[in-house]
Amino acid sequence: MLGVCDISSKNMSPIYLLDLLYLIAAITFVVGLKMLSHPDSARRGNQLAAVGMALAVLGTILLHPSADRDFGDVRTFKLLLLYAALAIGGLIGWMAAYRVKMTSMPQMVSLFNGLGGGCAALLAVAELKIQYATGVHHAGSAGALILILFTMFFGSVSFTGSMLAFAKLEDLVKDSAITLPRHSVVNMVLLAGILALIGYITFGSGPNGLMLGMILFGVALVYGFMFVAPIGGADMPVVISVLNSFTGLTAAAAGIIYDNLIMLVGGILVGASGTILTILMCKAMNRSIMNVLVGSFGAAAAASTKTAGNQTVREISLTDTAVLLNYSGSVVIVPGYGLAVAQAQKICKELDDLLESNGVEVRYAIHPVAGRMPGHMNVLLAEADVPYPKLFDLEEANEILAKADVAIVVGANDVVNPAAKDDPSSPIYGMPVLEVWEAKNVIVMKRSMKSGYAGIENDLFYHPKTKMLFGDAKDTLQKLVSEVKAL
Amino acid sequence: MNSFFAFIHENLMLIYLLIFSILLGIEVISKVPAVLHTPLMSGANAIHGVVLVGAIIVLFNARSTDYVSLGLGFVAVVFGTLNVVGGFAVTDRMLEMFKKKKK
Repeated sequence: MLGVCDISSKNMSPIYLLDLLYLIAAITFVVGLKMLSHPDSARRGNQLAAVGMALAVLGTILLHPSADRDFGDVRTFKLLLLYAALAIGGLIGWMAAYRVKMTSMPQMVSLFNGLGGGCAALLAVAELKIQYATGVHHAGSAGALILILFTMFFGSVSFTGSMLAFAKLEDLVKDSAITLPRHSVVNMVLLAGILALIGYITFGSGPNGLMLGMILFGVALVYGFMFVAPIGGADMPVVISVLNSFTGLTAAAAGIIYDNLIMLVGGILVGASGTILTILMCKAMNRSIMNVLVGSFGAAAAASTKTAGNQTVREISLTDTAVLLNYSGSVVIVPGYGLAVAQAQKICKELDDLLESNGVEVRYAIHPVAGRMPGHMNVLLAEADVPYPKLFDLEEANEILAKADVAIVVGANDVVNPAAKDDPSSPIYGMPVLEVWEAKNVIVMKRSMKSGYAGIENDLFYHPKTKMLFGDAKDTLQKLVSEVKAL
Repeated sequence: MNSFFAFIHENLMLIYLLIFSILLGIEVISKVPAVLHTPLMSGANAIHGVVLVGAIIVLFNARSTDYVSLGLGFVAVVFGTLNVVGGFAVTDRMLEMFKKKKK
């Protein structure tokens, strides 16, 4: 066969081996993502992709042609620098991942995503500098330049945006404190300025380009912050997902700059799947992406907060609750962010076991956006060893709820708000909710009568079937367990 | 118009790859149960850490006297490694807990 003899083992260039490694890595990414979408294979899928990533990274270090650019001591110095950076990043990343509490998962994902964006932005800055220093910049390089600027822009936005999202989820920053008057107008102006700057650097600036590029870098960092600033509450997961796909796109753009197929494929896969995931999340809230990103939600919610007037709530005692639960045929638990905050997942499972051993069927109704991230509740309950066949998605959950004897709402609020079904003036009108009021009895565990994260009044608390059980979720569940044991 | 066709012609394989990767990304994700949304986002998050490869190349490409570029490359590699290692580790930790009930 023609051509094959050129790649004989004697003079095989390392680049061929690297190509092969990249190909294998690309396949592991695709298959890994596919496996990640089934509960049984998810863990192996993640591990497979990790192996592929290790191949791609090690291959790049050992085989990439640019590694040979300098010989002697200088090369050793660079390699030392590289190994030091890998060791530092690897060690901190590993420790952070193993120390984080399951309840803080969304923040952690946001943080790692931001660092990926930061990596891309810095890479673009360095590459821009190298382009100008070596005088590669000429008329024909507009394509490369626009890709570098694109990477810089999206990487920076992802970096500061994710950092702010992290700070918000950690409750380090209050949503209202960082929103300017006419915020969306300011953002539009910033974005227009950025686009103009990218156009000017690419097509008209000549040697000033590097300095203008630095200005672009700064403005993009500010824009990332401003982009996330007005978004809050239940919309945080959507923003994290959007920023996740941004980082994917930057990786892909950087892949084109370096003619690197693994970066291109990996980046595009994440960009596309991240976008789909974002859309799925928005669908679960019955809102459009634009609506979420422009952040009109907060304003609408504030405007339509109607007072509940002098409706009264009914409280229930711990003992009565214990009796009610223990002698029911079926109980459905509806967890929300309150469960996560109180770290109550394990004690919740204990109550579950106790009731099951007394012949009560216990199941869980999971709203797609319960907590601060889709699937947040699933992860928490999985941590407490609740088997996932006991968890039910929205539609199935509503069928179960209609037949259940008792529905217990643990720290959820907006996802069980009847206003979403029957109050057209409510900002969440039309969002699918868990219809807990269809159950024979409803018990709501809550710390106080404060409204939920979205700031909307909830009529469920005044519903004739509803009884309130005030207190910290973990504490209350703990007491319930002892009460049930004492029966 | 000619330059447009020339561009398409020159980058044909790249364009194919781009389009098929997008379709693949959409197809692979479209039937995911809500249970797995968080781990999936986290796993995808780790995969875009492949940008680390670019950071390594930047570090290699920097002139050995160009301390600014070396510094940028160094920090970029740290960030990228954090993204990759932290991303995969955190996803693994989440998925470790997805076990079927033993009966």
